[in-house]
Amino acid sequence: MDFSFSEEQTMIRDSLARLLRDQYDFDTRRKVVESEAGWRPEMWQQFAELGLLAAPFSEEDGGLGGDAVDSMVIMEEFGKALVVEPYIPTIICAGGFLKHAGTPAQKEEHLNAIIGGESVFAFAYAEPRGRYDLADLETTAKKEGDSYVLNGHKAVVIAAPWASHLVVTARTSGERRDRDGISVFIVKKDADGITTRDYPTVDGRRASEVYFENVSVPADGLIGEEGKALPLIERVVDEATAAVCAEAMGAMGVAHQMTVEYSQQRKQFGVAIGKFQVLQHRMVDMFMEHEQSISMTYMATLKLDEDEETRKKAVSAAKVRIGQGGRFVGQEAVQIHGGMGMTDELAVGHYFKRMTMIDSEFGNVDYHMRRYTRLTGEPAKVAAE
Amino acid sequence: MNLEFTPEEVEFRKEVRAFIEENYPEHLRGVGAREDLGKEDMLAWHQILGKKGWSVPAWPEKYGGTGWTPTQKYIWSEENARMDTIMPLPFGVSMVGPVIYTFGSEEMKAKHLPGIRDGSVWWCQGYSEPGAGSDLASLKTTAVRDGDHYILNGQKTWTTLAQHADWGFFLCRTDPNAAKPQEGISFILADMNTSGIEVKPIKTIDGGHEVNETWLTDVRVPVENLVGEENKGWTYAKFLLAHERSGIAGVARSKRGVEKLRAIASTELLEGKPLIRDDEFLRKISQLEIDLTALEFTELRTLASEAAGKGPGPESSILKVKGTEIQQRLTELTLEAVGHYGHPYFRGFPEDGSNEFPIGPDYAHQAAPTYFNMRKTSIYGGSNEIQRNIISKMILGL
Repeated sequence: MDFSFSEEQTMIRDSLARLLRDQYDFDTRRKVVESEAGWRPEMWQQFAELGLLAAPFSEEDGGLGGDAVDSMVIMEEFGKALVVEPYIPTIICAGGFLKHAGTPAQKEEHLNAIIGGESVFAFAYAEPRGRYDLADLETTAKKEGDSYVLNGHKAVVIAAPWASHLVVTARTSGERRDRDGISVFIVKKDADGITTRDYPTVDGRRASEVYFENVSVPADGLIGEEGKALPLIERVVDEATAAVCAEAMGAMGVAHQMTVEYSQQRKQFGVAIGKFQVLQHRMVDMFMEHEQSISMTYMATLKLDEDEETRKKAVSAAKVRIGQGGRFVGQEAVQIHGGMGMTDELAVGHYFKRMTMIDSEFGNVDYHMRRYTRLTGEPAKVAAE
Repeated sequence: MNLEFTPEEVEFRKEVRAFIEENYPEHLRGVGAREDLGKEDMLAWHQILGKKGWSVPAWPEKYGGTGWTPTQKYIWSEENARMDTIMPLPFGVSMVGPVIYTFGSEEMKAKHLPGIRDGSVWWCQGYSEPGAGSDLASLKTTAVRDGDHYILNGQKTWTTLAQHADWGFFLCRTDPNAAKPQEGISFILADMNTSGIEVKPIKTIDGGHEVNETWLTDVRVPVENLVGEENKGWTYAKFLLAHERSGIAGVARSKRGVEKLRAIASTELLEGKPLIRDDEFLRKISQLEIDLTALEFTELRTLASEAAGKGPGPESSILKVKGTEIQQRLTELTLEAVGHYGHPYFRGFPEDGSNEFPIGPDYAHQAAPTYFNMRKTSIYGGSNEIQRNIISKMILGL
């Protein structure tokens, strides 16, 4: 057992931390978030130059040969700086589909462009009536000759306004919530028949409603096997969930640290408020939540390549703890900052908002508790006497 | 003891309901939150109630109160919640009004109470300062006597809706040498148009502009604007805070909020079935409703003892703590219920007004901002930590 980071991982962390410290301070982030574009393509290029976009891909795919731990390191740093650029949609999701199921031709076409920072992807999986159920799809893809025709509406597609391509889940056969009959496609965002309605999100990113109306996708846009994609989707979403857990643990640590520092500066009744035991204990609880989130994120990240059941259990357990811990740390951080925690001016409120929204990404506490319970709820083989 | 409404009370509910249905402005119906409304719309219902004589039910009858029993007041707030009315703001009606009629001079009462009653004058509260939040008594804003005037200097913060205010009430230090910080404070009213008063917006995490910084620079205020006696302001301030807390429970509004949450959870789907069919989620609604019932009956007991002549005491801290916890959980569950559609941010959006491609259901649009905004409730009006200190000291004697 070894929880240490490799030299390469430590190097990635250090160089990324330095870049974010120099160019991603909170005021700069605010200006970017409020700008028309809402992100910095030139920052994305710097991520490419640092090798972040290549980190989790094998060397034969043109990557640096890292793994999910590399992504975890990167996402934790992103969480600390509230980075808005679309690492999860592009690298973890689109990259994940290509890595696990792409043909050599698909990899050739897309992975180089992803690693080089030229292609940006969004992952269009959620639907207005599907909640967090990945199989609850009303979007359809119908085979017509050599291509597929997509129709449907994808909800809250994070990063879609910035994307050149979309990864889309759709039903090629079967009933609305069947596990069979689901397929995954790569579609150029400017394809005929795609309409988007773009908007900002409450935590400073951008998203779109994406409508498909008779969008024709060539057969080589299909990733993996037609109608059999759900296990692949679940795997990629689990990887994305582990990555968002890492982001949350980064954000949680900063929110906690800011709160401790504030409580040491802020004086009321003649003393620093950090001297009050009632606040001390709550900051200790925040600390413990953060530590447990780190533990769970490591655990889930290290189990991503195990068998399906082990992986699902691990990821759901982590997301439950992160959802609960993020909520506690975020709420307490604002409360202990008092009125200042409510202001847009201070960074702490923005950490609170990001942690809040992370809960509803890739399934919230209830969703993952349900999945965990279903995987573990079989009666014991020998019933108690 | 009994919980039955008398025939008179049933009749009263009918009367009140009919009045609201007939008189509540059409264009404000269905507007749940007041955050983005203009000044006129925020005052509209207040002014209608002023004409009817129902704008200040809690005041003594000789100052324009309705003389309603606690049960009638309870019915009144339920019926207003039922229609989601934009109620009179508390700064005049529940805060400075009771201070003026309890401690003010006859001239002061004659000058200010009518404008509070009829909703023609907008008040704001100058209590907190950047360095004086929970420790309010450490406030530094000064009022120095100069002939027939006080000269005010200092900075107030979290001044809610001061951008619309005509008048403000300010806690100021008049005796810097008093033995205890509480002893040198005075309660002073100021016309917000007086030169030297500057109001600067504070943007909050929900994106709204509700609170402000209020800067006072050599503001000359006539001495007749002093409430009661000089250096006795802390007594009035505490009186006001206890009044503020008793309205803060928000039971009727939270009950309405639970109804709306049930409606949302009946529309949202989980695995093809209404979310409300999910045991896990339903259990959370049930827990909330049970806690709300406990709060409701605690408030009713408090109101009954007030009616029996006991003013709002430290027990009102229970209502503040439990009431705000419930409001926060309600908004949290609402955000949880709307799923993905909690993400879009709508303030000032969509600019094109187009509904061709709607972004999720209407009920989801304010879910996240409202949840963020409601974090303030456990901070304002004396933070919930301070409320627990009050209970510990005043009730338990610890």
